[in-house]
Amino acid sequence: MSGLRILVPIKRVIDYAVKPRVNKAQTAVETAGVKHSMNPFDELSIEESVRIREKKSFPHGVAEIIAFTAGPPKSADILRTAMAMGADRSIHVEFKDGEEIEPLGVAKLLQAVVKKEKIDLVVLGKQSIDDDSSQTGQMLAGLLNWPQATQASNVGFGGDKKITVEKEVDGGTETVRGTIPMIITTDLRLNEPRYASLPNIMKAKKKKIDKMSASDLGVDVARRLKTLKVIEPPPRQGGGKVEDVDGMIAKLKELGAI
Amino acid sequence: MIPRIGNSVLRSARSQLKSHSGPTYVASLSAFSRLLSSLAVLEQKDGKLLQGALGSVTAAQKLGGSITGFIAGSNIKAVAEEAAKVKGIEKIIAVDNASYDKGLPENYAPLLVENIKKGGFTHILAGHSAFGKSLMPRVAALLDVQQISDITAIEDEKTFVRPIYAGNAIATVESSDDIKVITIRGTAFAAAETEGGSASIEDGVDSNAECATEWVSEQLSKSDRPDLATAGKVVSGGRGLKSKEEFDRVMLPLADALGAAIGASRAAVDSGYADNSLQVGQTGKIVAPQLYLCAGISGAIQHLAGMKDSKVIAAINKDADAPIFQVADVGLVGDLFDKVPELTEKLNK
Repeated sequence: MSGLRILVPIKRVIDYAVKPRVNKAQTAVETAGVKHSMNPFDELSIEESVRIREKKSFPHGVAEIIAFTAGPPKSADILRTAMAMGADRSIHVEFKDGEEIEPLGVAKLLQAVVKKEKIDLVVLGKQSIDDDSSQTGQMLAGLLNWPQATQASNVGFGGDKKITVEKEVDGGTETVRGTIPMIITTDLRLNEPRYASLPNIMKAKKKKIDKMSASDLGVDVARRLKTLKVIEPPPRQGGGKVEDVDGMIAKLKELGAI
Repeated sequence: MIPRIGNSVLRSARSQLKSHSGPTYVASLSAFSRLLSSLAVLEQKDGKLLQGALGSVTAAQKLGGSITGFIAGSNIKAVAEEAAKVKGIEKIIAVDNASYDKGLPENYAPLLVENIKKGGFTHILAGHSAFGKSLMPRVAALLDVQQISDITAIEDEKTFVRPIYAGNAIATVESSDDIKVITIRGTAFAAAETEGGSASIEDGVDSNAECATEWVSEQLSKSDRPDLATAGKVVSGGRGLKSKEEFDRVMLPLADALGAAIGASRAAVDSGYADNSLQVGQTGKIVAPQLYLCAGISGAIQHLAGMKDSKVIAAINKDADAPIFQVADVGLVGDLFDKVPELTEKLNK
């Protein structure tokens, strides 16, 4: 077999450190003028793919790492970041600003790209920190009828195209073994993503981004869910501070917590 | 054909009954054309029904309509009988086959899809647990529907409420799909009672799909303490604990004094003070206990996402400006290495 062809889907989201605000019309979260970054879990996916290449974990090597995003024109920025981290080229399925594609739509776009690019391994984040759905990787695995390993904290390769993945599950970890082609979703503990160095950022500018539309891929991404409203959660009032441990015990008793 | 006709006759009969039952009249108008019929996917492990998944039955009760429970695994009869006692379930579909013991989505998803199609269910519900998260999107894709994840409330049969952006916004969404595939937040729907039901049990269809992955092993942290996700009290430690030894020395006795489960912030988990499975937050467990008592946790938004629906929040932190104090009902500024042992000692008296 030849080297692995890895697809890494990434998403541009509001930076994790920013506290999101709901817009006045209560239709969405305010995104204009807010700092955006690559979804943190997607950085782990890129890092893991690059490490598979660098560490030669897969006996036949890595042929190509392709970063993918479905999003507005500005998403090209995170594709550049991915390429500065080590992806070879990118695919950008462009949408208008504010047009949000649901996980099922993204999974269908990915399904088309997987076939077109003869991908063997797709490494996705376990969830995007904006929608918090945690669906895309599993949906793609279902559409392709490929094995899946979600919430990976360790990925290892064996002979005969085998991948062993340690998954984070409720109460601990679970290890499963699958065969390439396969879908993996990454969890926080998988690795520590590198920073892109300046020379690599410069090099990434020369790497290619293929722009296309959903219709180029023959995919219908019509939404199935309609957002009726978005509101702020009810604010929680801090109850103030107590002086000492006795005060804390008294207050907890008063509140019926102990 | 015959069972199918039987089914639709039953359904229209049921909807007739419903439309005459007074207060639910308006709500049942929309149900008139296609009555609700929910399938709650029940989780089992080593022949035991997992209580954490029974919130899906409660959610199904809120939807109205009939409720069927689904369970699969080896020697399933005993678990099916246990599930049949859960209040609110009319029927249990059980599939007895050891291939489903580990809940691997590669064969479990096709199994569910076949049983969903045969039963004509309109709503498929499961807990937003590791099992539900791994399985349900695969089921949704096979049915070509958009799943609704981690719901916290049900407005009507097609309208659901779910937190987004780490709980910093609450979205109300309406589904246009014929079949609604839903995962529910356990802390928002109490587990259904495990007594008082008397569901019938029937064998499901076994699709015998091949499983492309094999289960190798698991490493579960063993503990006599209550389960984090469902505990009434949670004691949680953060970076301020400084080491695993200190975490264990300071936090475990406090948890024992309160009969509480142990939790941790991401910083504490990343530094190796506590096990990954104890992480509370957007990317860890979501908890909503009666009491959440934390020490050495600053209160980053990703952490608050996992605990801010707790009934009472208490915090001990030496930084008086830590964001945790903005949400804490009881805050104590001080060194946790002094305050926590003192608290433990006084609680033990």
